[in-house]
Amino acid sequence: MGGARTCQVGVDIGGTFTDIALEVDGRLESTKVLTDYEAPERAILKGLREVCATAGIGLSDIGVVIHGTTLATNALIERRGARTAFITTEGFRDVLEMRTENRFEQYDLNIVLPPPLIERADRFVVRERLDAGGNVLLPLDEAQLADVVDAIAAGGYESVAIGFLHAYANGAHERRVREALLERMPALSVSISSEVSPQFREFERFNTVCANAYVKPAIKSYLDRLVASLKVLGIGCPVYMIHSGGGIISVDHAAEFPVRLVESGPAGGVIFAEYVARRHGRDRVVSFDMGGTTAKICLVEDFAPRTAKTFEVARTWRFRKGSGMPISIPVVEMVEIGAGGGSIASVDNMRQIRVGPRSAASEPGPACYGRGGVEPTVTDANLLLGKLDPDNFAGGSLTLSREGAISAVDARIASLLALDTQASAYGICEVVDENMSNAARVHAVENGKDISGFTMITFGGGGPLHAARLCEKLGISSFIVPPGAGVGSAIGFLRAPFGYESVRSAVVALADYDTQRVAALLDAMRTEATGFLNAIDPAIVPVIECTAFMRYEGQGWDIPVRLPLETFSTGRTQEILAAFGSEYRRYFGQTIDGARSEIISWALRVSSPPVRVDVARAVSHTQPVQPTAHRPLFDAASRGFVDAGIIDRRTLSVGDVVRGPAIIVEPETTTILTTCFTATVQSDGCLLATRH
Amino acid sequence: MSDALADIHMQVMWNRLISVVEEQAQTLIRTAFSTSVREAGDLSAGAFDLEGRMLVQAVTGTPGHVNAMAESVGHFITDIGRENIREGDVYITNDPWKGTGHLHDITIVTPSFHGGRLVGYFASTAHVVDVGGRGFGPDANEVYEEGLFIPIMKLFDAGRVNDTLVLMIRNNVREADKVVGDIFALTACNAAGHQRLVDMMREFALDDLERLGGFILSHSERATRESLASLPHGTWTNSLLLDGYDEPVALHAALTIGPEGVHVDFSGTSGPSRFGINVPLVYAKAYACYGIKCIVAPEIPNNSASLAPFSVSAPDHCILNAQRPAPVSVRHVLGHFVPDLVLGALHKALPDRVPAEGAGSLWNLHMSLRPLPGMEGTGSGAEILMFNSGGTGARPTLDGLSATAFPSGVHTMPVEATESVGPVIVWRKELREGSGGAGEFRGGLGQSMEIEAAEGYSLRFSAMFDRISHPARGLAGGQDGAPGAVTLDDGTVMRGKGQQQVPPGRRLRLDLPGGGGYGDPANRAPAAVERDRHNGYLGATPSGNV
Repeated sequence: MGGARTCQVGVDIGGTFTDIALEVDGRLESTKVLTDYEAPERAILKGLREVCATAGIGLSDIGVVIHGTTLATNALIERRGARTAFITTEGFRDVLEMRTENRFEQYDLNIVLPPPLIERADRFVVRERLDAGGNVLLPLDEAQLADVVDAIAAGGYESVAIGFLHAYANGAHERRVREALLERMPALSVSISSEVSPQFREFERFNTVCANAYVKPAIKSYLDRLVASLKVLGIGCPVYMIHSGGGIISVDHAAEFPVRLVESGPAGGVIFAEYVARRHGRDRVVSFDMGGTTAKICLVEDFAPRTAKTFEVARTWRFRKGSGMPISIPVVEMVEIGAGGGSIASVDNMRQIRVGPRSAASEPGPACYGRGGVEPTVTDANLLLGKLDPDNFAGGSLTLSREGAISAVDARIASLLALDTQASAYGICEVVDENMSNAARVHAVENGKDISGFTMITFGGGGPLHAARLCEKLGISSFIVPPGAGVGSAIGFLRAPFGYESVRSAVVALADYDTQRVAALLDAMRTEATGFLNAIDPAIVPVIECTAFMRYEGQGWDIPVRLPLETFSTGRTQEILAAFGSEYRRYFGQTIDGARSEIISWALRVSSPPVRVDVARAVSHTQPVQPTAHRPLFDAASRGFVDAGIIDRRTLSVGDVVRGPAIIVEPETTTILTTCFTATVQSDGCLLATRH
Repeated sequence: MSDALADIHMQVMWNRLISVVEEQAQTLIRTAFSTSVREAGDLSAGAFDLEGRMLVQAVTGTPGHVNAMAESVGHFITDIGRENIREGDVYITNDPWKGTGHLHDITIVTPSFHGGRLVGYFASTAHVVDVGGRGFGPDANEVYEEGLFIPIMKLFDAGRVNDTLVLMIRNNVREADKVVGDIFALTACNAAGHQRLVDMMREFALDDLERLGGFILSHSERATRESLASLPHGTWTNSLLLDGYDEPVALHAALTIGPEGVHVDFSGTSGPSRFGINVPLVYAKAYACYGIKCIVAPEIPNNSASLAPFSVSAPDHCILNAQRPAPVSVRHVLGHFVPDLVLGALHKALPDRVPAEGAGSLWNLHMSLRPLPGMEGTGSGAEILMFNSGGTGARPTLDGLSATAFPSGVHTMPVEATESVGPVIVWRKELREGSGGAGEFRGGLGQSMEIEAAEGYSLRFSAMFDRISHPARGLAGGQDGAPGAVTLDDGTVMRGKGQQQVPPGRRLRLDLPGGGGYGDPANRAPAAVERDRHNGYLGATPSGNV
């Protein structure tokens, strides 16, 4: 973020914990409090009091609050939203329900498709029709519209979504319907697809506008309450929101487009990784965030995370693609798989060990927590392999039970496979590590990258435990464990730029490039995006990035081509073509001679200039650290136990060198150095592990 | 402990090999031109050992492809000849009997060399946009009319492309750039798979795939045999009556479960048709295996060992065992009913596990749009293929799925995408109320569509629709689903198969069949009845305003 802020606070509401990170005069304080589902702002206030007390400042000294939350995501997952109606084009009442007409699982005949967000009885139609160019084929039927307005008024709906066919190309009919609704019901919450998600593909766009409408009343009311309760405490400073694209927007915009808050927490984690990457001058980074239930992996190149135009939330069936709902908004592109400390291991009918996506979560938790969990989890396996200290877990707040872990692993894995306990534990870890490294590898390959040249930046409770093994599997030679890894997302919020991304569909053939039309489109997108920025600070001189999504005519998958805005708006098609060719070659090896290429959709991102980051000073003097204690640690590469030194991270200082095999412990996590890694403490407190 | 750890290591490598072929398939989806591949997932990809046995395959859209392709690599090895296989080679065919059942499917096989040694093969199959002949549709009387037939041959010989073949293809198909583009996309996807395999073999220090292949096949076979061991032994039969092209077609299956595995015999099935709805046996087998596997061994990955216990047979004079030169262009229509056929027999052996019949075959709509006379200057026409699905049969404990493909695994295309490809307007595409068969569990609803050419264009379509005269039957007391209908908006009845013209100003109406119900409708839970009524699934629409 630009500007001088002496005291700023990042607040990340997650499923289990609300994380608070406070930075004052370059000092960082953080805390974790349990999330309060009934009144989320209560947990925030509790956490704020704690960190302010630790930092020795008053609440009124806080200069800015930056907030991200999973509340929108959770409302979609748990289907706890407003009573919402959907108004669409006659003939298309069931788009939300018919989805892609596909079964997400080929061989299971008993799958249940996720129910549509808006039930059929709450979906209304109006006669009207646009063509693919946005031209009116059928004018809006005003008489029918009046009936629908009556029905909405009589139906007691709190919120209404409007989505018409081809409205990404022309929003006039949608706006007219909104006007008619608001005339009759001025307080009604209304969302229209041409504003929320002006991208083509009706199922995705309709679902996105419905999701926005569905969560809007609750999010708006929460944000209003939050701002009011902060004021009561004397915190009158600005409150900003993190959105899924990894930028900051005003509270008012967030309340209008709450669907953009989905996945804002993980986006903060990626910004955290980006910040660490800048400090260490690493221009090719893979961030690896592993928590209790899932692992998230994201590529950050040239200090900018990749963004995508659409993603899927609320998967209902083993994290299977297609079992959730699509949301078409700009989002930090990451892969999320069901692999975390609580992921449950089992044996399938091929007598193979499977891990996740089912999780023991925090209740009952892994078997070793001794809270009634009987199924073996990744954490149980980590304990049995010596990676965790049973007496010093989570800062000593919980004593882990080896017996619990052993009996769970024996009963559910070892006895079924005729293995011993340790081999079973190794199997669990190796399978989950392979799942995660596979996801990372595939994600890199899908983006035309070779991951072995990347640096891994890892955080989350489980990341540092598994990073070394993942690096071995991926051929990665170094990884970084930053300080504050346990509250990485909240710290990331403090590093986020003000920024907003506008995405629109508009097909333009390169051979038939209409410069005027493109210039007008980009201009409108710039105005839209800049509006979000100006609402925060009109003085910002924004950085503008423009991306065209391109393909050969006739293909179905497009690749991003980023060029200066002027290249597009002045129609320098030769340059565009050349850039497309080289990107295509990078993805797929060779270009296709003679095929015509086209632009399918456009993204324009405006943001405040990146903060100048102090590069971490090189470590000038190093000294080896001798561990005072040792314990046996299983080494997957050699498939046997080795004697590993145990080190308390808090005792380390700049320049200290720890040689693997070693176990570096801190309250929120543990870093495992396998035999082939050596870690050096950097000037900013990061652990930089490299292969020796 | 070392043996156990070695097993875990093998499992890790097996998972990696699956990810290799998934990546192979993704490369194809992203670079293909054919809508059926890129939008609908109508493709397959797999890795094979030196004997041509399939080790792993990507989980993609169409069981018909996958299981058929599993057998094709053996044909390639035989026809090319082991002594002629060299590094840099790529082989091709669209032989319906040695590939996946019709000329539109091109199969590409690439031998994979590591350190100068042949270690295995990659194969992939995709439905291309055109192969010449009459175009995609059932109207031909011999396979010769259906387009260019490419026998198994080299597309690349030690790295050198076969220019003669490419030129022949280019001059025999309608959309040469797209077809040739797809052939090279198939080649590239095998190359991507090969590259990843080499990376993997280096990482795991493998010189060949012998031990890993042996592990995969032995584990799969054992797991499949264990699944089959719990099944009752005996023979059960089932018959299906379908619309056919010009006369009804009867499908008949006798399903035998014995110590050796599961065998399906199609004796008693109608003879071949004069039209292109005939099915090569390899394709019928693919869908028979798929249907059975869904019930008895759904979690075991497909490979040659897990498919080995399943076999089929049919007399030569049989519509499910078409002999060359029978026309086979739309073999998917009857092929898609083979799962319902074998599941009906399986129901008699394993009651309460099998769903009722569903719409079955996809309602693929191939449209040709041409400028009206005098309008040629305003724009070019377009060939558009849409995939649309009726309702699936109700399950023993669940309703059927509305407007969802089964047994095919393809996706539909967004209407907004279809309308951006060519001059066509889809006026309606929504659930067809009242079309699901009643039952304790209701059949899935079909859908209704209305389609018209954009102003200035004419619309001709190729119909390949079934279940118009023969609706999906209910099971265990459930009622039949609604039959399909093909009409114009003025009520004119159109044929369910073959090419037809929609007069200017008229709209084509498709009413897709619903799935059959399961169990006595009187036992339906009151809450489910109320939900159906509230949402207008049964026909009346008390809420909403339709």
